[in-house]
Formats: sequence, structure tokens, C-alpha cells
Amino acid sequence: MSQNDSLYSYCLRLGDNSLILGHRLSEWCGHGPFLEEDIALTNIALDLVGQSRMFLQYAAELKGGDSTEDSLAYLREEREYLNALLSEQPNGDFAVTNSKNYLFSVFNYHLYSELSNSKDEKIKAIAEKSIKEVAYHVRHCGKWMVRLGKGTEESHQRLQDAVNDIWMYTDDMFESDENTDLLVEQGMAANLNKVRSNWLKDVTEQLKEATIDIPTDTWMMKGSLQGKHSEHLGFLLAEMQTIPRTFPNSEW
Amino acid sequence: MGESKEELAFQEKIDNDIKIEPKDWMPDEYRQMLIRQVSQHAHSEIVGMLPEGNWITRAPSLRRKVGLLAKVQDEAGHGLYLYSATESLGIDRIKLIQQLHNGESKYSNIFNYPTLTWADIGAIGWLVDGAAIMNQVSLQRTSYGPYSRAMVRICKEESFHQRQGYEIMTALSNGTDKQKAMAQDATNRFWWPSLMMFGPSDKDSIHSSKSMIWKIKRESNDELRQQFVDRAIAQGELIGMTFPDPDLKWNEETGHYDFGEIDWAEFKNVINGNGPCNKERIRARVKADVDGKWVRDAALAYANNV
Repeated sequence: MSQNDSLYSYCLRLGDNSLILGHRLSEWCGHGPFLEEDIALTNIALDLVGQSRMFLQYAAELKGGDSTEDSLAYLREEREYLNALLSEQPNGDFAVTNSKNYLFSVFNYHLYSELSNSKDEKIKAIAEKSIKEVAYHVRHCGKWMVRLGKGTEESHQRLQDAVNDIWMYTDDMFESDENTDLLVEQGMAANLNKVRSNWLKDVTEQLKEATIDIPTDTWMMKGSLQGKHSEHLGFLLAEMQTIPRTFPNSEW
Repeated sequence: MGESKEELAFQEKIDNDIKIEPKDWMPDEYRQMLIRQVSQHAHSEIVGMLPEGNWITRAPSLRRKVGLLAKVQDEAGHGLYLYSATESLGIDRIKLIQQLHNGESKYSNIFNYPTLTWADIGAIGWLVDGAAIMNQVSLQRTSYGPYSRAMVRICKEESFHQRQGYEIMTALSNGTDKQKAMAQDATNRFWWPSLMMFGPSDKDSIHSSKSMIWKIKRESNDELRQQFVDRAIAQGELIGMTFPDPDLKWNEETGHYDFGEIDWAEFKNVINGNGPCNKERIRARVKADVDGKWVRDAALAYANNV
């Protein structure tokens, strides 16, 4: 694979992560647990879709031809999507949504922190812009982990159940392949081993503060980097892509 | 009209366009009238998130997705300012939300109509927000300070929404035949409900006259409706949209468009719960409230413990 193709796949992975996570969050809009949190959830969704657009625009540029952010978002199929499994999981209750966002935000934070030193100028610029937003996501969702963990018996139980349920998708965020490894060597992509150890350190501390146990001996599900997803992604894309697929070659 | 010293002083302020502030004396009827109007307005913002929210996950491009998300989020923000303005009159948000859920308090009828296609998002921005702005611009001069200031902020964002909606309609009207048809269909469906947004005709409006004397309302329902019609027709012509009203025509004498009789039977029917989506809208709000209760309880319990 050429460096251009590797970078293209890498940008898809990053763009897809934010798009799918943001899309899931946008499902909350108008249905949040109270008005202020509804606004906060939408804020995060907006940041994520915004980050996704930057990565997909860059990916489209790398791919060339008549590729655009929208052709990449709306005309790829399930098996061509590279988002991590965690991002596509259904929202569940607020404990599931918040846990998913918290775990992903900490990942994004350390990922972008690495990418802020990328030798690829565009990736570096996107990471530098995004990390400020992600720092807020970590803070916001992290505070909710503590509030829910230490709030009521019910909220504690719901949060523990949520973490237990989604923990199996966390390893998949750190998956890499030969092409990505090469980009890491070339100083363009993030070293995910480093991201993982920083992630684990932060998450362990925060969950401890929230009095939530980290599941042990969890079987880890992987495969997103090869486009092997859970069943949920297909439905999400069917909904998201319906208009461009029903009315091809139209401007909106 | 006022007889006591307090009432005279109150009316003098109103007559001199001095804003009434939360701690000022005000007639109980003025307070109640404001609670009714501002809370209805707040509820409309919140319920209004639902029909448009329908299309966030189906927006046809990433740019449109971001635009729509930001717009619906603004509505939540407007709801917040307006609930706060209502709270300054001595009633709390929880009570207001109960009134919405149990049907005691109304919200704008327009949100009981379904959003069936993407073009509805354009038509809502263009016509529904366009109609709302007419009212809101006028309300910037309302006599109650907190309401007036909330309106100033809201108007800035609403005019952006209106432009965004009109831009969606413009894109559709420049598009394929199917897109044009979609835009025309949305215009047809939203035209009459938008005219109804201004409320009953002046001669039938039970709340209007006192509201005008106290300057809660500054312009009458019919005046605002006429301004809206004049403006919308001109905008529609620019993008090749027609309107489903055979009586619509320019009147040289008045300098305004004449338009046909509004179907008030439909209006009353929808207000009284028989619109296509009344039940769904309230059910969605109640569900969010019920599902969110344990989250709010947890936040409160945590705040009380630290």
C-alpha cells in the first residue's frame, strides 16, 4: 500500500470514529434528561461531526477524483466503514451513553495529543484544533461518571452495568495494522501503545473515583479495522444515508 | 383603568415604555398573562425541537447535519432563557413542565404537524421561523424586561435559522425535478399552519386587548400575519414556489396581499389535541422526563453529598 493510501485509510478511521460517535449522540437531541444536558450532548455531537468533516475532507483530497466528505460519509457501505466498535454501540440509557463517550473521549484526547506532533501538517492541524474540544468532552463526561457512580444506588448500578456491558469493545479502539504501523514509524500516525497506557491510567483513576469496578477477564471483541462491525452499524448507516441513496446525484 | 396608587404607577411606567422588572409591583392579571404567554413560548421551543430533530440523523449532507443540529440546539437554549424569564415571575420550571405534560399549558400548534420529507426542514426554517420572527421582533419591545431581553437574543438566532431554512429551499428549488416537487409539497403543507401561528383574528382573540394595553403584545395578530404574508410571497416568488391559496393576490389599494380565509375549525381542532402529532409530541417529552429522572436524582444526590 502506498503512503497516500495508508494515510487515506488512517483518515477514514479517524473520521469514521467521530462521525459515528457524533451521530449516535445526535440521536439524543431533544430527548436529554434535562435541558442543560440536552444542550451539552448536542455540543459534543457538533464537535465530533465537525472533527469528522475535517478528516473526511482530507481523506477525500487524498483519494482524489470526485470524492468528497459526503461521498465518503454517505456512499460507503458497512464493510467499508472503519470506525471502532465502541462508537457504533446503541445509546442505551444515559449511563451507557456517558460511559461510551467518556471512554472514547479519553482515547481521543491521548490520540490527538500524539497527533499534535504528527509530521503530516494537516493531521497535526486537525489534532491541535480538536484536542481543545475533546478536553471539554473528557471533563464533562468524566464529571458525570463521578456523579452517577456516587449519586444514588440506582445510578451507581446503572453505571456499573453500562461499563460492564461496553468494556468488551474498548480494546478494538487500539487496533493497528501494518500500514498504520508504518505511518507511526514515519511520524505521521499516533503510537497506539502509548495512547493505550495513558488511556488506561486516566480511566482507572476516574473509575476509582466514581467507585466503579473495571471489569476483569472480559472477552474483547475486535475487527473494525477490517470493517467487521456489530449488527448495529448497518441500521445506523441505513438511516443516515437514506436521502443521498434515494436521490442520487443531487445537491442539498 | 388603574385605581390604586400602585396600579396608576404601573400603568404610567407602561405608558412611558419603562420596562417592568421582576421585583416591581404588577397586577396579578398581568403576571398571570405573562406566565401563560412566556411559558407557552418556552414550551414551543422545546416541543419544536422534536419535528426537526426527526431529521438530524437523516440530514442529506454533513454540512446540513451540523446546521440542523446547531439549530435544534439553539431552540433548547431559547427554551432555557424563556423558562428563566418565566421563573422570574414566581413559578418554577418543574411546575411549568408539569403543565406542559398534563395539557394545562399549550405550545405552538405548528409543531403538531409532521415533518415528512427533508424539504420540511427547509419550509419550517423559512415559513415557521419566518412567522415566529415577526412575532418575536415585535416582542423585543414587550413591557416585561426579562421577556424583552430574552427576545433580543432569540431574534438574532432566529433570523439565522430563517436564512438557513430559506437556503435549504433555494438549494431544492435549484435541484432536480424531484427536489423541486419536494420543496413545493412542503410549502403547500406548511403554508396554512404558518398563517395560523399568529393566532385567532383580532376580532376573535380573547387575550389580545388587555395584552395590548399592557404592552405585552405590541402588534395585533392580524397586523403581524399580514406582514408575514407580504414578505413570504416575495421570498417564494424568488425561488419559484407557489402558495396553496386561490384568493392570494396583490391589492393596489392597501399595498398588501389579500389572502383567503383561514380554516379556523382545523386550528381549533389541532389546539384541542386532534392534530396529527399532538400525542406523539407530548409522549416524547414525557418519556424524556421520566427516563431522565434517575439522572437528575443522581446529580442532586451527589451535589448534596459533596
